[in-house]
Amino acid sequence: MATKLKPVDAVVVGVGLSGSILAKELAEAGLHVVGLERGRWRDTDPDFAMPHAHDELRYVKRHELMQDLSRETITFRNNTNETALPMRSLGSFRPGEGVGGAAVHWGGLTWRFLPWDFETRSRTLARYGSDHWPAECTSQDWGVTYDELEPHFDRFEYLYGVSGKAGNIKGKIIPGGNPYEGPRAREYPNPALKTAYAGALFKEAAEKLGYKPFPTPSAANSQPYTNEYGATINGCVYCGYCQFFGCEMGAKASPQTAVLPNLMKQSRFELRTRANVVKVNLDSAKKRAVSVTYIDSRGREFEQPADLVLLTSYVFNNVRLMLLSGIGKPYDPAANSGVVGRNYAYQTPSGVTLFFEDKVFNQFMAAGGLGMTIDEFNGDNFDHAWLGFIGGGFFQAATSGSRPIEVRPVPRGTPRWGAEWKHAVAKYFNRSFPITIQGACQSYRTNYLDLDPAYRDAYGLPLLRMTFDRHENEHKMSVWITNKAAEIGKAIGPSKMTVSPRTEKYTIVPYQSTHNTGGAAMGAEPATSAVNKYLQSWDVPNVFVVGASAFPQNGGYNPTGTVGALTFHALQAIKTRYVKRPGPLA
Amino acid sequence: MDEEGSRRRFLKSVGALSAALPAAAAAQHAGHASAKSEKYMFLAPAEVTFLDAAVARLIPADELGPGAKEAGVTYFIDQQLFGGYGVMAKMYRQGPHAEGTPQQGYQSPLTPQEVYRAAIAEINAGCAKQYGKSYDQLAAAQQDEVLRALEEGKFPLEAVPARFFFNMLLENTIEGFFSDPIYGGNRGKIGWKLVGFPGVAAVYTHLVEKHGVPYDALPVSIADILEGKAALDEHGHPKHVLLVRKD
Ligand SMILES: Cc1cc2nc3c(=O)[nH]c(=O)nc-3n(C[C@H](O)[C@H](O)[C@H](O)COP(=O)(O)OP(=O)(O)OC[C@H]3O[C@@H](n4cnc5c(N)ncnc54)[C@H](O)[C@@H]3O)c2cc1C
Repeated sequence: MATKLKPVDAVVVGVGLSGSILAKELAEAGLHVVGLERGRWRDTDPDFAMPHAHDELRYVKRHELMQDLSRETITFRNNTNETALPMRSLGSFRPGEGVGGAAVHWGGLTWRFLPWDFETRSRTLARYGSDHWPAECTSQDWGVTYDELEPHFDRFEYLYGVSGKAGNIKGKIIPGGNPYEGPRAREYPNPALKTAYAGALFKEAAEKLGYKPFPTPSAANSQPYTNEYGATINGCVYCGYCQFFGCEMGAKASPQTAVLPNLMKQSRFELRTRANVVKVNLDSAKKRAVSVTYIDSRGREFEQPADLVLLTSYVFNNVRLMLLSGIGKPYDPAANSGVVGRNYAYQTPSGVTLFFEDKVFNQFMAAGGLGMTIDEFNGDNFDHAWLGFIGGGFFQAATSGSRPIEVRPVPRGTPRWGAEWKHAVAKYFNRSFPITIQGACQSYRTNYLDLDPAYRDAYGLPLLRMTFDRHENEHKMSVWITNKAAEIGKAIGPSKMTVSPRTEKYTIVPYQSTHNTGGAAMGAEPATSAVNKYLQSWDVPNVFVVGASAFPQNGGYNPTGTVGALTFHALQAIKTRYVKRPGPLA
Repeated sequence: MDEEGSRRRFLKSVGALSAALPAAAAAQHAGHASAKSEKYMFLAPAEVTFLDAAVARLIPADELGPGAKEAGVTYFIDQQLFGGYGVMAKMYRQGPHAEGTPQQGYQSPLTPQEVYRAAIAEINAGCAKQYGKSYDQLAAAQQDEVLRALEEGKFPLEAVPARFFFNMLLENTIEGFFSDPIYGGNRGKIGWKLVGFPGVAAVYTHLVEKHGVPYDALPVSIADILEGKAALDEHGHPKHVLLVRKD
């Protein structure tokens, strides 16, 4: 049935953030690369053009740029005693669809995970002993260290023109930056964004309390910037339509602004849109991928043979395609064996909202990553000895765009509707701002991804099933660090303050973040990881699985800076070693 | 210069953002878009009557200004129900269906179209039974009572859980009050004016560090731009016209 196509050297499944970079680099290195993207072609002009780009209903509430769930979704349950049901509408997270992936409508906060994050298990055991380790926690070391990744973080930040202030250059602490970050080779490529009023007040209060605030690193470029691919990213104009939106200015770094102008000129690269990959086909020994099968917009099935298969289809499809194709042993939580689907984790967001009677903040003048941050309570930057949990998160006074359908905070106790609600909304829409916390989330034996036994996608294939809840470690952490954020909030002097730690059962309904991680975790041991430190499948070495699916657990940051670093790390191994001598790299 | 009555304001362009636009501003300002083009596509007259009454309680007209009814929220809901949202175009609809836990979210086999149709009929029937009147005929306090009962799940519905319908109605009402007027709600930019939201954004580069300075711009909608009622910069951002306090 399937039409068999001419073989190519490499096939990239999903042309989003990771896929676009890998395709560009491998095509330039001489490989014939085909990119298969299930969504459509999208570009700054005309897709994100004014004035329609500034339409909150369309982009935030009707999910214009996001995955079409009518064709494929996931199913979800909190634990194995429940029956998973389909996520019928987008809520907690909002994956992308179409060229550029979720990196079209991302917020642009571009972090490096801490050195500690890559060695969570060994460093925790060394500092606190095994008594401190959370029950059932399967968090582990990544098999790669911060120092190994540093050049790749650097490369990604310079590709995306990240705006920020270094805090540690080669071990030297730089005032104004994050003193807790791992040492970096050089300053950020662009100066930090401007400081909004919320950030200025937060900075002053945090400094008084002895903390070291610094501007949040952001892929909204603070000035026009031309990267190593010759692509020019514009300067941000703080329009405030950033996260959930495409950028009409081409000022938010994305595949469209940073990579595609170059990629689309590569003569050895071919992009096929509306090409939905449904399977990676293996040889009879299940040791080698021979091709991928995809279905186009007319329902035609194609088989694309390739020597190298790169899965870059975001966390969910990376894991789902492995399971559908039989790449690696599926995780079995009862036996605690198998690896594919293991160590799914998420984020533990929380926050504090400050309300004022006499100050206006114009929070609609904003950028996705506009904010002032402290990192004192992230990772293991603080002593956890008496706290009974591990991990933390960064605190940020965020000015990421207040649009009134979604962002209209009112003090706790305000009714949800009626005259009193209306008064509170009118008063506080412009007289409030949040301190947000991107809390970490450890991995547990009970949290995993597998194939759903009941529900199917538009092609009749099983949906991915998510079984997930945060554990006591996350709840304790959230309470403790959110109270720390509240101390800063209090020092700023609001008339009212709402403190919202995350302690309830995980729900798939309200938006939290599209920071899903794991399921194809990396590591040093094939028994506990699906891919090795180069993101290469242990079982099928001509398949690389790239993305946050490789995170063995999630840190207290947004993921994409680390996804970018892993992408370049894998790329280097493929380019310098694998291509010359295909086979296992570790 | 246009006096704005009691608030003693006059229109003035933003110095930093170039020339004044009295003509454009006046045109924009006059735009309390009329209801003339509102032809209902999905809702039946009795449903319009119900929603006009209900949304007027959710976001009432009061001393701060008009409410959801005046903002055209009923018409907004009609347009949404008739479009992709109303038929769950981008949502997963396959069965089997089960109610699930609150954490599992929307599980109804009914589309928003079907939910509104069924729930409004049930609520009116319930009101007739309890008060001898349809919902819209009740006194405001009774209307609030019904809404609260729905919100708390105490007004039983058959087609969907009462809370489910209430939350959908509240969410759609807020959307209709604050979304771009191009969708038929937020008429005259009532919602945006209430909170001081400027709508389609201008370039704010030179303003973001003006800490604590109110930004009282005449809100700009997508239609204003499409109709040539707002002056634009080279990237298509409107040049906002500021309302400046005289005193
Ligand atoms: C609203 C939002 C805000 C965010 N904000 C931030 C932030 O501020 N900071 C941060 O660090 N991160 C943020 N993220 C996360 C960030 O967008 C992702 O980490 C990043 O895009 C992941 O890159 P990726 O290449 O793995 O996946 P993507 O960029 O999503 O690309 C995956 C691509 O694969 C395609 N695909 C999927 N399945 C198939 C298939 N079977 N066949 C063919 N193609 C397929 C998809 O259509 C998509 O184009 C945000 C995400 C969202 C949604």
